[in-house]
Amino acid sequence: MRQYFGRKLFIYGLTFVAAVTVNWVIPRFMPGDPVASMLARARVSQPEAVEAMRVYYTNLFGFDEPIWQQYLNFWGALFRGDFGISIYVFPVPVTDLIMGAVPYTLGLMIPAVLLSYWVGNRFGAFAARRKLLDNTVLPVGYVLTATPYMWLAVLLAWGFGVVAGWFPIAGGYSFSLTPSWSWTFFVDLLHHWALPFLSLFLVALGGWAIGMRNMIIYELESDYSNYLAALGAPAKLIRRYAYRNAILPQITGLALQLGVLVAGALVTEIVFSYPGIGSLILKAIQNQDFFLLQGSFMFIVIGVLVANFIIDIVYVLIDPRTRTGMAGAQA
Amino acid sequence: MTATTALPTEERVVRREALYFAVRNPKLVIGFSIVLVLALTGLFGPVILGVDAPNEYVAMPMLPPTSEYWFGTTTQGQDVFVQFVYGLRTTILAGAIGGGIAAVIAMVIGFVAGYRGGMVDEVLNMLTNIVLVIPTLAVLLIINAYLGIRSVGMQALLIGLTSWPWAARAIRAQTFSLRSRDFVDLARLSGVGTPRIIAREIAPNMSSYLFMTFILLFGSSVLIAASLDFIGLGPTEGVSLGLMLQNATQWSALQLGLWWWFVPPGAAITAVVGALYVANVGLDEVFNPKLRET
Repeated sequence: MRQYFGRKLFIYGLTFVAAVTVNWVIPRFMPGDPVASMLARARVSQPEAVEAMRVYYTNLFGFDEPIWQQYLNFWGALFRGDFGISIYVFPVPVTDLIMGAVPYTLGLMIPAVLLSYWVGNRFGAFAARRKLLDNTVLPVGYVLTATPYMWLAVLLAWGFGVVAGWFPIAGGYSFSLTPSWSWTFFVDLLHHWALPFLSLFLVALGGWAIGMRNMIIYELESDYSNYLAALGAPAKLIRRYAYRNAILPQITGLALQLGVLVAGALVTEIVFSYPGIGSLILKAIQNQDFFLLQGSFMFIVIGVLVANFIIDIVYVLIDPRTRTGMAGAQA
Repeated sequence: MTATTALPTEERVVRREALYFAVRNPKLVIGFSIVLVLALTGLFGPVILGVDAPNEYVAMPMLPPTSEYWFGTTTQGQDVFVQFVYGLRTTILAGAIGGGIAAVIAMVIGFVAGYRGGMVDEVLNMLTNIVLVIPTLAVLLIINAYLGIRSVGMQALLIGLTSWPWAARAIRAQTFSLRSRDFVDLARLSGVGTPRIIAREIAPNMSSYLFMTFILLFGSSVLIAASLDFIGLGPTEGVSLGLMLQNATQWSALQLGLWWWFVPPGAAITAVVGALYVANVGLDEVFNPKLRET
């Protein structure tokens, strides 16, 4: 088991180094003078802001130093939690902006991912090999997975928000309220959260249901299922065994889908102007705020790595083979 | 002598059998028909319409669909149908090129890693795992933001370069299982080189699998391209389905109730990707007799 985690952590460490390197290389690799172009692109009116930015950038990039020193400096700043100063809301540090947005993104993503995963798996397992249900679950599932996250979000916002008027379609809470620990604020928060959550939930649901359905059919055809059936075991019991085997590839699937789920959350937030990382990225792009963009990138990568590691732990908990050092999940 | 003449006929029979089941598989036929119709619309639509500037202001703003403007007009008076047709072309092109590039990279890495094994496999596997974990869209965000002028080709290339890992891993596993078969050993014994063995012995034996991989990559590339466009990192010139969605939300089509602006592009993306997935299931049934419905 130690070997399993050691290998995983090694891969994640390498991935982190690769991501940081990409983050460092891209501004230098792109043609032109990054500092000058950033100052020119940033639409800042205050002269002191421009000067402060120039000093900051030149220090950060450290162009007078040898290239390896520049790379090490970049790492140093990273470990100090210094992602630079935002241009779009000068002079707030990028870290502060991201920290303000992270709770909203996580509050949206974690329930949507976990619930869609749970419901999708249950539903897919239930529908498999049941003619009528199967024939409806399959097409609906395929349509849902093929739907772009932002389109379903737009449709829901239009249908339930604009036409029916049941839900607000912009923001994380009403503009008339200030964040506090009161009941009214909580209800308002929930009211704004409902539609983005629903749209994330629905799109992800289809994929899990289809995946589970296919896995259950595969497991029900395997030898142990046939053997159990021959022994006269009730169908319900066989299904339960099949489910426990089928859930393993689905957990690996969850790890593989993380990138897609993050992307889905980002565009959904943009549709609803939900104050999470997605909206932050949109503003960063619109205002050419590269530090904010690069900081968000690092946060997303760290988040995905942590989530991957949690999934690995869960895998070890439910698959005894990985504990005894026998074959189990790959990578 | 008989063996050499028997082989091609046998191959032809297999192929004819696949075709026999292919045209009788509703999933495959319907899926491919939808993709084909939309692709042809994107390909020939602009020529038939005879408009070469989809972003031109042609009519009264915010017109609902009429006989003259099939999908109505935008808040700036652009013809939504013309944009839609051009957008289809861009989006399907981005998906096909992106999926194609990803498939080629996945094949090269999967074949080499699976066939060679050992150290080469270790290194390539490591690379695959690293690219697999890094969230694709986040990397594309950074690269695209720094690129000043963005084109469809560039977008497709970048999508291809980042979305190959799962496919490479799957192809590696398949290659691994084929590697020790007798016919591969025989080819190796007769002194055939590695590239030739991969191209002549291994790839043909998993051609159906490779084709299905390409289809799935095609579908996911369409979705990634649409997301990038929507965030504001689409091609700087022209129009795509993702850009249409972006413009619609940015110019408050929602609040103004201009449903004809945002419904068609999203529906077209869903149709293309969904049809590809359904066709993929159909293909699976054609190539794998166990899955065929009776």
